[in-house]
Amino acid sequence: MTEQDKILEKATSEDYKFGFTSDIETDIIDKGLNEDVVRIISAKKEEPEWMLEFRLKAYRNWLKMEMPNWAYLKIPPIDYQSISYYAAPKKKPQLSSLDEVDPELIETFNKLGIPLEEQKHLAGVAVDAVIDSVSVKTTFKETLAERGIIFCSFSDAVKEYPDLVKKYLGNAVPAGDNYFAALNSAVFSDGSFCYIPKGVRCPMELSTYFRINSANTGQFERTLIVADDDSYVSYLEGCTAPMRDENQLHAAVVEIIAMERAEVKYSTVQNWYPGNKEGKGGIYNFVTKRGICRGDHSKISWTQVETGSAVTWKYPSCVLLGDNSHGEFFSVALTNNHQQADTGTKMIHIGKNTRSLIVSKGISAGVSNNSYRGLVKVSKRAENARNFSQCDSLLMGDKCGAHTFPYIECANKTAILEHEATTSKISEDQVFYCNQRGIKTEDAIGMIVNGYAKEVLNKLPMEFAVEAQKLLAISLEGSVG
Amino acid sequence: MIETKQYTAGEELVNLFTANREMYNEGCPVFMNGAREAALEKFYKAGIPSKSNEDYKYTDLRPVFQNDFEVVPRYVEQSVDLHEIFKCDVPQLNSHIILLINGWYYGRNRRVGEFPEGVICSSLQHAANEHPEIVEKHYNKYAAASADPMVNLNTAMAKDGLFFYVPDNVTIEAPVQVINIMYSKENTLALQRNLFVLGKNSEARIVFCDHTLNENYYILNNLSECHIEPDSRFGFFSVQNQHNGAVNITSFFANVEKNALLDTNTVTLNGGVVRNNIKVQLVGEHAHANVNGLTLADEKQHVDNFISIDHAVPNCTSSQLFKNILDDHSKGVFSGQIHVFRDAQKTEAFQQNNNVLLSETAEMFTKPRLIIDADDVRCSHGATVGRIDEDALFYLRARGIGEKEARLMIMFAFADQVLSQIAVPVLRERLEDLVERRLRGELGPCQHCTLNNKK
Amino acid sequence: MLTIKNLHATIDGKEILKGINLEVKPGEIHAIMGPNGSGKSTLANVLAGHESFEVSEGEVTFLGENLLEQAAEDRARNGIFLSFQYPIEIPGVSMVNFMKTAVNEHRKHNGLEPLKASQFLRLMEEKKKIVEISSQLTNRSVNEGFSGGEKKRNEIFQMAMLEPKLAILDETDSGLDIDALRIVANGVNTLKTPENATIVVTHYQRLLEYIVPDYVHVLYNGRIVKSAGKELAYELEAKGYDWIKEEAAE
Repeated sequence: MTEQDKILEKATSEDYKFGFTSDIETDIIDKGLNEDVVRIISAKKEEPEWMLEFRLKAYRNWLKMEMPNWAYLKIPPIDYQSISYYAAPKKKPQLSSLDEVDPELIETFNKLGIPLEEQKHLAGVAVDAVIDSVSVKTTFKETLAERGIIFCSFSDAVKEYPDLVKKYLGNAVPAGDNYFAALNSAVFSDGSFCYIPKGVRCPMELSTYFRINSANTGQFERTLIVADDDSYVSYLEGCTAPMRDENQLHAAVVEIIAMERAEVKYSTVQNWYPGNKEGKGGIYNFVTKRGICRGDHSKISWTQVETGSAVTWKYPSCVLLGDNSHGEFFSVALTNNHQQADTGTKMIHIGKNTRSLIVSKGISAGVSNNSYRGLVKVSKRAENARNFSQCDSLLMGDKCGAHTFPYIECANKTAILEHEATTSKISEDQVFYCNQRGIKTEDAIGMIVNGYAKEVLNKLPMEFAVEAQKLLAISLEGSVG
Repeated sequence: MIETKQYTAGEELVNLFTANREMYNEGCPVFMNGAREAALEKFYKAGIPSKSNEDYKYTDLRPVFQNDFEVVPRYVEQSVDLHEIFKCDVPQLNSHIILLINGWYYGRNRRVGEFPEGVICSSLQHAANEHPEIVEKHYNKYAAASADPMVNLNTAMAKDGLFFYVPDNVTIEAPVQVINIMYSKENTLALQRNLFVLGKNSEARIVFCDHTLNENYYILNNLSECHIEPDSRFGFFSVQNQHNGAVNITSFFANVEKNALLDTNTVTLNGGVVRNNIKVQLVGEHAHANVNGLTLADEKQHVDNFISIDHAVPNCTSSQLFKNILDDHSKGVFSGQIHVFRDAQKTEAFQQNNNVLLSETAEMFTKPRLIIDADDVRCSHGATVGRIDEDALFYLRARGIGEKEARLMIMFAFADQVLSQIAVPVLRERLEDLVERRLRGELGPCQHCTLNNKK
Repeated sequence: MLTIKNLHATIDGKEILKGINLEVKPGEIHAIMGPNGSGKSTLANVLAGHESFEVSEGEVTFLGENLLEQAAEDRARNGIFLSFQYPIEIPGVSMVNFMKTAVNEHRKHNGLEPLKASQFLRLMEEKKKIVEISSQLTNRSVNEGFSGGEKKRNEIFQMAMLEPKLAILDETDSGLDIDALRIVANGVNTLKTPENATIVVTHYQRLLEYIVPDYVHVLYNGRIVKSAGKELAYELEAKGYDWIKEEAAE
């Protein structure tokens, strides 16, 4: 058992009455967005003046912007004035036992192999065995603190490490970067802050903690990761079970700064509620994720498995500023039923000898639309830049769509850029071959899809990869006749 | 002739049209004039395309419309005999030579050879009045849906160009050579409209050469619609060799029916700002389209190839191959789209875009796109940007070939992958010769008719 | 074990099998021969449950049960194994994962516990020897990048793993050189028991020198037009199929 497992084991087996009785902050401010609302949010969080200024600047930018419409998505108009921008921490319907939870959800939990106690936590069941997030948090904190690693909520970071936050906030994603990033910058509720000091390798995957920590951070979370010289961290973000979240809009921002020779791996398994089979409900997921490889020889690697949300608009990007820096993007995006995804990456080569790799695997089923959109840009001074992009689409059924929109902009003759894209389907012969060996169609499809996505799934940490594999199979259920 | 100096933008073009509506409608049948108003409205709303238009993301046309130029809504007879300037020395290519001047069908064309019975080769305006039963059926049927402001500007203001009709079961063996000339004492905006109709089981090839005869500033907005009936074969080969002050905006719409074949190749040798819109719609099963292109650009030339192929029905095939060799401060743009419609099963569509940058300052923007709404298809695209293959260069030098010559060999081999697709040997050889001279720097822009060039 | 009565099958509305009758008992080896296009592979695929073919008439019982009602995977679990003429490539799906899933599905069907990873690997090692298949192949994705001969050996390897009651070898000799043919035939013979049966579908007599049939049937134009002992195979090799066609035409 690893140290991480021990901590979790301890936390989950302990009896601790936490429940959902903590309705200290049930105050919800009126719906709508204006400068006063931004001020109220900042005041409620007891933020310093510079933080309020950051929010106000973002808000003023946002007012001047229009919602982007270039993506291959059909989104009904969103009324930003009908949303409440401060409802901390969100209260879930309290259920007295798992029997009251949607049986379909329980079925999914079981298929994913999520432990019973965690199931209750995820489903929002108010029972006494809810994971003790406080003790997990503190236990982790001790281990991390020994190495000088800072890992805390964003709100805490603003209070406890204002200089660090002030120095790096908005570096990768400026307040006025795009419509959704500006909105997030104005009203973000909370999120995580992570700082790895010089020369430190973070000893554990920062995953479970985050899963618990972030369960209620709400619609507008913000993450800032700073990896100082020669440091390393692997960060896992994920909701590994379908949250039946009633929120329609999620606009998160993730910023990563990698200094000299630092390496950051950021893995996501996104499985927000995708809406029902008729396309009703579901999350609109508008996420801005960007990392800057600021130092020479630094590396940022994004891995994502996107199976949820009604609409996904997400382009985790790398700005390769330092010489010899390296960006990677590995993605599996699966859409079924009425889901729509427009996702990909941007690799901006600025430093010399910078390299980037893009591997994108799209899977479309039902009547969904799945698009890859990516930019590879080589600036004038980016001598010897290299990029290889592989974008594959797998279509399941004749009512879905798979689209590829790469952009390549090259202003340096020493660059070598290659892009390849293919489209395929699961052949009936492959399924029959598996059938003939005694494997049922559903399992055969799951197997073939996982085989197709293997190159990306292999990039995920082990425990995450297993969950992701199961998710892919589950998300495709009912998509094959 | 109308004095049109000092207007600089789309709105002024609209004003020019509304102030001279009668002159624009003069001589044209109702169906042509009827299409003008809706197109003008669309053009007015969109304006001259800038980078905020996703389809013109890398080619801002506003600056090129800032210069002063004339628009000529009536045919003006030339004082010199253009046939005296153009004499073709390639016997296989001189059967049919058709001259167009500033967008108009040349009034003294006399090198149009004998065509089989029923073939019509004439001025579009003339044909629209004389053969309305053919022209009206196809005029603005394939371009009307376009949102491109340059297409709409053309529909609104163009009055003439080439009309070419091949009846059912007729094959025209010799390539038809069209010399498209810009030649005026003033800076000029020319609007040219062509229509090509191929009847069932017919066959023809057109070689379309764009030239500028003097150094004046020209904008050519040229639009061709092309309708290919079942079992026909149509080759359209465009050779662009204008001077560096010329702007060439060319749109080509093809409607390809069952079992028909479209073969097109766009070779851009020179030009200031060049934009080629090619839209192919495969609307009958087993239709096939080859859409290829080669760009050689240097100095401050800017060449944008914007391709879109629609697979509207099952069992069609298409192939795109575009290459750019960019030197000095030139910019190359490629945007190629394959759209497989719902239920267009068994589609096979391939696209390849390869680019070589020769200088520190050349830039390439490429946007290969796939929109796939059917599952039983084979589609792929690939794009590369790079420098000349150093290993190949070294290999050649190690065999004793000088570096300069070795570079030329490699570049020519790169370019020839496009040219070798041209199924007309005499044309292919001619283009290979032109490309080689262009790569050697021996072919300047606008050396009269490139196909006539005496060695 | 297997009884086929008046079996008719069509693909895209075209009738390929036009009334097949065949009886296979445990321990028997049947060879089905015939010229190209006679319906041999169709018969093999229909028995395995390929959905492209529609059974329009007739019945097939296997181990006392109606085979035609069973899904392809159930037929496999009940003991029918098809060695494919053209084994398909499944990119990204490892042989190990694929076989482990298949073996455990069979075990579950037979009321057995799934094999543990170590047990499974031991079983693989053991069975690999039968067809002299290298670990390099089993470490790859299913059939991906395999040569023609490797694919066929891989089929027999899977047969060894799944221990079917009725093995149908569809043109297993095609694309094999003489050494590979011997290895494949040895594999099949090694797996032979008095309880299981084999149907060898082949165009040539060559394979039957190694796998000696008890009965030889000639399939022509969707029907079995001649049945006899193994001597029929030699006669066909010597005289070709034309005399059969003439006989059938009479």
